[in-house]
Amino acid sequence: MTAQAWIFLLVGLTFALYIGIAVWSRVGSTGDFYIAGGRVPPLLNGMATAADWMSAASFISMAGLISFMGRDGSVYLLGWTGGYVLLALLLAPYLRKFGKYTVPDFVGDRYYSQTARFVAVLCAIFVCFTYVAGQMRGVGIVFSRFLEIDVSSGVFIGMGIVFVYAVLGGMKGITYTQVAQYCVLIFAYLVPAIFISLMMTGHVFPQFGFGSALTDGSGTFLLERLDGLSRELGFDAYTSGRKSTIDVLFITAALMVGTAGLPHVIVRFYTVPRVAAARSSAGWALVFIALLYTTAPAVAAFARTNLLTTVTNMPYSEAPDWFKNWESTGLLVFEDKNGDGAIQYTGPDSAVENELIIDRDIMVLANPEIANLPNWVIGLVAAGGLAAALSTAAGLLLVISTSVAHDLLKKGLMPHITDRQELLTARIAAAIAVCVAGYFGIDPPGFVAQVVAFAFGLAAASFFPAIILGIFTQRMNKYGAISGMVTGIVFTAGYIVFFKFISPDLNTAEHWLFGVSPEGIGTIGMMINFAVALAVSYTTPAPPIHIQRLVEGIRLPGKTP
Amino acid sequence: MVEKEYWRKNLRYLAVLLSIWAAVSFGCSILFVNALDTIQMAGFPLGFWFAQQGSIYVFVVLIFVYVFLMNRLDRSLVSQRNEDRV
Repeated sequence: MTAQAWIFLLVGLTFALYIGIAVWSRVGSTGDFYIAGGRVPPLLNGMATAADWMSAASFISMAGLISFMGRDGSVYLLGWTGGYVLLALLLAPYLRKFGKYTVPDFVGDRYYSQTARFVAVLCAIFVCFTYVAGQMRGVGIVFSRFLEIDVSSGVFIGMGIVFVYAVLGGMKGITYTQVAQYCVLIFAYLVPAIFISLMMTGHVFPQFGFGSALTDGSGTFLLERLDGLSRELGFDAYTSGRKSTIDVLFITAALMVGTAGLPHVIVRFYTVPRVAAARSSAGWALVFIALLYTTAPAVAAFARTNLLTTVTNMPYSEAPDWFKNWESTGLLVFEDKNGDGAIQYTGPDSAVENELIIDRDIMVLANPEIANLPNWVIGLVAAGGLAAALSTAAGLLLVISTSVAHDLLKKGLMPHITDRQELLTARIAAAIAVCVAGYFGIDPPGFVAQVVAFAFGLAAASFFPAIILGIFTQRMNKYGAISGMVTGIVFTAGYIVFFKFISPDLNTAEHWLFGVSPEGIGTIGMMINFAVALAVSYTTPAPPIHIQRLVEGIRLPGKTP
Repeated sequence: MVEKEYWRKNLRYLAVLLSIWAAVSFGCSILFVNALDTIQMAGFPLGFWFAQQGSIYVFVVLIFVYVFLMNRLDRSLVSQRNEDRV
C-alpha cells in the first residue's frame, strides 16, 4: 500500500472512532456538559488531561524546536511538565474540594465579587481563543501536507469533527474521545521514535538510545557525534546553550506557572469524583505527558544527526524523495548559492555560506521519511498529529462555551435561566466558538502565532497568584485579588506589546528589563501580582467571616465538620 | 486541634517537595547546568541529562510521593475525627 492510502485509512478509522464515542456519550444536563458529571476515574482523567494538554505544538513542533535549539530547548520540556507539580500540589485538590464548574467560579465566589469573576472570564476567553486558533491551523497544515487538500478544506473537516463531539457530548464526550486520542497520538509518536532508536543505537527505548553509542561501529556516543558535526558545520555544540541563564530561568518559570494557570487544564480536575482523585489524576496526567516529553528530546537529537549526515554536501540531483516533497510545500528551501550543485547546510560560524532553510515544524512529520520507515508509520504520524490538535481544540472550545453560558449568563447577566436553557446556550456558544476558531485557522491574523506563546505569561501573571493566595491566605480580600490580577496582566501584556508590536527593533537583550525576554516576562508579572495583592489586602478590610470559613473548608478533605 | 495539625503537616510536605522541585528544575537544569556538564553519565553530560530527561522523572516521582503522603494524612484525619466523636 502507498503512504497516501495508509494515511486515508488510518485518519478515516480514527475519525470514525471519535464520532462513535461522541454518539455513545451524549449528555442531558449541564453537570454532564461542563464536568462530565464529576465521575471520571482518575487514570482516564489523567489520559484525557494529557491529550487535552498536548497540542499540535507538542506533537508537531516541539521536537523540531529542540532539534534546532539544542540545550536551550529544555525550557519547553521543563516548563510544560514542571507546571504539573504546581498543579498537583497547590491547585488541583483545593479546586476540586471547592467543587464548582470553572476557574471564574472560584475567583468570583472566593473574592465575593462579580468584578473579580468578570475579570477572570475575560482572561479565560482571551487565553483560550489565542490557543485554539493555533490548533485549527495545525489541523489545516497536517491535512494539506498529507491528504493533499488545501488548508481551508482541512480546517472545515476538522471543525466538523470537533463540532460533533463537543456540541453533542460536552465534557463527557470530549473526555472519552480524548482518552482515545491520547492512545492514538502516543502510539504515533513512539513507534517512529523506537524504530529510529533501534536503527541508530540498537536501543528499544529512545530515552536511553540518545545517550548511547552509535551502531555504525565507531563506538562514539550519539551526542558526541552530534556535537562534533554541529561544530564542524559552524553551529553551536548541541549540548550547549546560547540563551543567558537568567532568561532561561525566567522563561522556564513563566511556562511552568502558566501551565498551572491555564483554564482548560484546571477544569479537568473538576471532573474526578474526590479530592484524593484530583491529586492522583494530576500524577497520572504527568506520567502520560512524560512519555511523550522524554521521547521528544531523543527524537530531536536523532532527527538532527540524521539531517546533518544526510544533507551535508549531498549533490542536489541525488536528493531523496522527502526532500523534494517538502520543497514543494515551501517549508524547505534550497538555493545553490555557490553553484556547485551540492547542498551546503552550515551555521553562523562557518566560512561556507548556508544554502538550505528548513522549517522547524517539518522535523517530526518528515522524520519517518528521512529514516526510510515503512508507509504505515507515515499514516500513523498524520493521524497522531490530527489527534493532538483536535483534542486540544475541543478542550479549549468547551472552556469558552462554559465561560459564556455559565459564568457570563447564568452567574452574571441572566441568573434566572433554567438548566435546560443553560445547556442550550452552552451548545450554541460552543457552535459559535467552533466557527470563530475555524475562521482564525483559515485566515489567521498575523499576531496569532506570536500571541500563543504569550498566553502562558498572561495566565501566569493573572490567575495563578489569585488562586494560590485565595487558598493559602485567609486574609486575602477582593481588593487585593483584583488589583493584583489587573496590575499583573497589564504589566505583562504591556511589556509584550511594547517589544513585539510597538518597537520590535528594540527587542534585544540590552533593552530588556533585567535581561528577561518578553517570553519570560510573565514571571515578573506574577511577582508583581503577588506583591500588589498582598500589599493592598493588608491595608483594606479583611474578607467577611463566611469567606474565611469557605477557605478553611477548601483546605480539608471530605465533609467539613 | 486535629484540623490545624493536618494543615500544618500539609504545608510542611509542600515546603519539602517544592524545594526539591526547585532544586532539580532551576538548580540542576539551569543554574548549575554547566558545572554538571563536566560530569559524563553514559553518553550524556549530566547537566544536559537533567535538563532534558532527569527533571521530568523527578517531577513524576514528586507528585506520587505527595499523593502517598496526603492519602496517609487524610486517613489519619478521618480516624482522629472518629475518635474525637467517640
